[in-house]
Amino acid sequence: MPTHILLAPLALSLGLCGPGLDAAFAQDSTQPPGQASGQAPSTEARPAAAPAIHPSETHIGMIYRPEPAPSSYDAEAVPEDEGVAGARMAIKDNNNTGRFTKQTYLLDEIALDGDKDAVAAARDLAGRGIRYLIVALPAGELLAIADALKGQGVTIFNVAAPDDRLRGADCRRNVFHVVPSRAMQTDALAQFFTLMRWRKMFLIVGPQENDRLYAEAFKKAARKFNLKISAEKPWTFGPLAKARGDTPTRSEAMVFTRGLDYDIAVVADEAGDWGDYVPFRTVDPRPVAGTQGLIASTWHPTLETWGAAQAQNRFRRQSGRLMRPLDYQAWAAVRSVGEAATQKKTADPAVLAPYFADPAFSLPAYKGVSLTYRPWDHQLRQPIIVVQPKAMVSVAPEQGFTHQRTPLDTLGTDLPETTCKFAE
Amino acid sequence: MNRGFRAGASGTMPGLAKQGLAMLGLAMLAGTALTGATPAQAYTVYVTNEKGNSVSVIDSESMAVTATWKVGRRPRGVTTSKDGKELFVCASDDDRIDVLDTSTGKVVRSLRSGPDPEQFILGPQGNLLYVANEDDSQVTVIDVEKNKVMAEVPVGVEPEGMGLSPDGKILVNTSETTNMAHFIDTTTFAVIDNVLVDARPRFAEFTADGKLLWVSAEVGGTISVIDVAARRVIKKITFKIPSVNDEAIQPVGIRITKDGTKAFVALGPANRIAVIDAKTYAVEKYLPVGQRVWQLAFTPDQKLLFSTNGSSNDISVVDVAAEKVIKSIPVGLLPWGVAVSPN
Repeated sequence: MPTHILLAPLALSLGLCGPGLDAAFAQDSTQPPGQASGQAPSTEARPAAAPAIHPSETHIGMIYRPEPAPSSYDAEAVPEDEGVAGARMAIKDNNNTGRFTKQTYLLDEIALDGDKDAVAAARDLAGRGIRYLIVALPAGELLAIADALKGQGVTIFNVAAPDDRLRGADCRRNVFHVVPSRAMQTDALAQFFTLMRWRKMFLIVGPQENDRLYAEAFKKAARKFNLKISAEKPWTFGPLAKARGDTPTRSEAMVFTRGLDYDIAVVADEAGDWGDYVPFRTVDPRPVAGTQGLIASTWHPTLETWGAAQAQNRFRRQSGRLMRPLDYQAWAAVRSVGEAATQKKTADPAVLAPYFADPAFSLPAYKGVSLTYRPWDHQLRQPIIVVQPKAMVSVAPEQGFTHQRTPLDTLGTDLPETTCKFAE
Repeated sequence: MNRGFRAGASGTMPGLAKQGLAMLGLAMLAGTALTGATPAQAYTVYVTNEKGNSVSVIDSESMAVTATWKVGRRPRGVTTSKDGKELFVCASDDDRIDVLDTSTGKVVRSLRSGPDPEQFILGPQGNLLYVANEDDSQVTVIDVEKNKVMAEVPVGVEPEGMGLSPDGKILVNTSETTNMAHFIDTTTFAVIDNVLVDARPRFAEFTADGKLLWVSAEVGGTISVIDVAARRVIKKITFKIPSVNDEAIQPVGIRITKDGTKAFVALGPANRIAVIDAKTYAVEKYLPVGQRVWQLAFTPDQKLLFSTNGSSNDISVVDVAAEKVIKSIPVGLLPWGVAVSPN
């Protein structure tokens, strides 16, 4: 199957490029004088091979792998445009502001089919002159892209991989992480448990590698906030959350929580295979948190404070569905480029690449505070919402957790603990 | 002139206002007897309750809620007509502006505001209303008498704050996600300049002489003071409150006294109003008010200032001269905007 390449003409649907504005497009560009007036940038989607990038336009690439369509009815099916829809909205937001700063943005999307090579797609985008790349892929592929594009002046935004190693031993200078690390997610939950004085955790760990990593992050968080893992068991009963409702209840799954002393069950099931099976099926009546039940996230349909209601409405109008965490993360990545360009008055990658990690750069992103990237590992500092399926429960950092720099640094790996060393 | 008495003299006073008059009269007598001073004039204070879909009506002298009026969904921005006979309310979720008769509390008509009206400001002639359409990145100009859209001006993402120069010639809109103050010529309805301010600008307020514009930045935590002629930020005011996280200091509403000496800034979840020397820009005091304080409004005589406290569902009343909070009054769910009758 060929790789789909969409050169989304989003900027243009807004009609941003009317006569009168064009002259000023040349502000940070090498646009030849002959083109400087009266001519709007092309509005047609280009064929995949066309490499030309208009110098006054900022192209942002996005590589993602759409979820395969669900085989039968699935109320919670992942939408095909998950993530990329958020990037599209941010391109519109960037362009709206760009009308006043004379900057234009376009999104170059590559949806990978099946096992299509992510590195080849990234090289293709970089070869066309793209210097900002949003990557919604697992850690392995992200690293491969980062290493393949090393030294080419491309800034990569990781919007999907929460792996702590990407912020630690495997950190890369050309990668910025919008998605919170597992350490940040589990610290957020641990702070909330501390606030609630729930001290004893029963940790249930799924069979996949990511589940093991989540459990590991949670154990670290428990140590950090002085919580006790009073019991730990692997989940060995298969993807029961995906089983049909008329499947006979597995008796061993019903009783494996028997005889344990704990305040709350913590499930580590990043794939969402069985975590939702646990609530209301524990022998003792106990709440469930972790990857299901009460979760730590960047976004949720019930988030409406700090202007989030506006983003929710704008997104729903654009995409005809609710905004999901990956949509928000891709939005924040594209907005990082737009916001940095507004602040520096140029979209020049040579100026912006070092600016993202500058403490002077901050991104307003519907969280009540400005978000900044940690200079030591390029992780976006951010409040994390603690939320149950139908309501916001809390926002971490919780009151009372303080830090000499910012309370946001009570979440995730702090400077003294970091193992990230950026190679020159 | 006392509003109650004038209503009485005109002989058109409905029952509700009569009741108000009776209460008011008693309160005035009591006030006079106690203090022996000239009583403050009684005004009517209108508070929009964003989640209550209502307007709380408060008498400024008795400081009690006298009525609660039903309006459209998600009411936010609110202002009165120049004569005080009509109240304009942004019904954001109904994409319209409700116009209420202040003598009956009934919605008498609705204006075509464009989508998601959030804040607005009435022109000096009283017939043009400038509306920020938050979800639609534009400012809509409406003739309120003809209910006609005169212009739609494209601005940045999530337009909110609306300020008008005292001569009515320059309109300023702030866009919350673009982070700019857009200067709009009110004769041509064209954007003539854009000034970059700090993150999430919520409110724009001109000084009475029209020379300076103050813009709050909710996430940036600052006030930018802009030289209107040069269209340049000449001062950034910052805030520091012991025992309050810097992140919780989120400036929103701004009001500056007519004599240009004093400014009040609502600081959101810091639950305080900052009192600022408007000449030196020194922050002199923080007044503790209710939770998540957003919008502010003076009485026309500028003796009192009211603040909407969204999370505690109340408003605080500030004695402007004494710089003291003298009362808090429970209102509806999630109070957002506040306006005071001109008489």
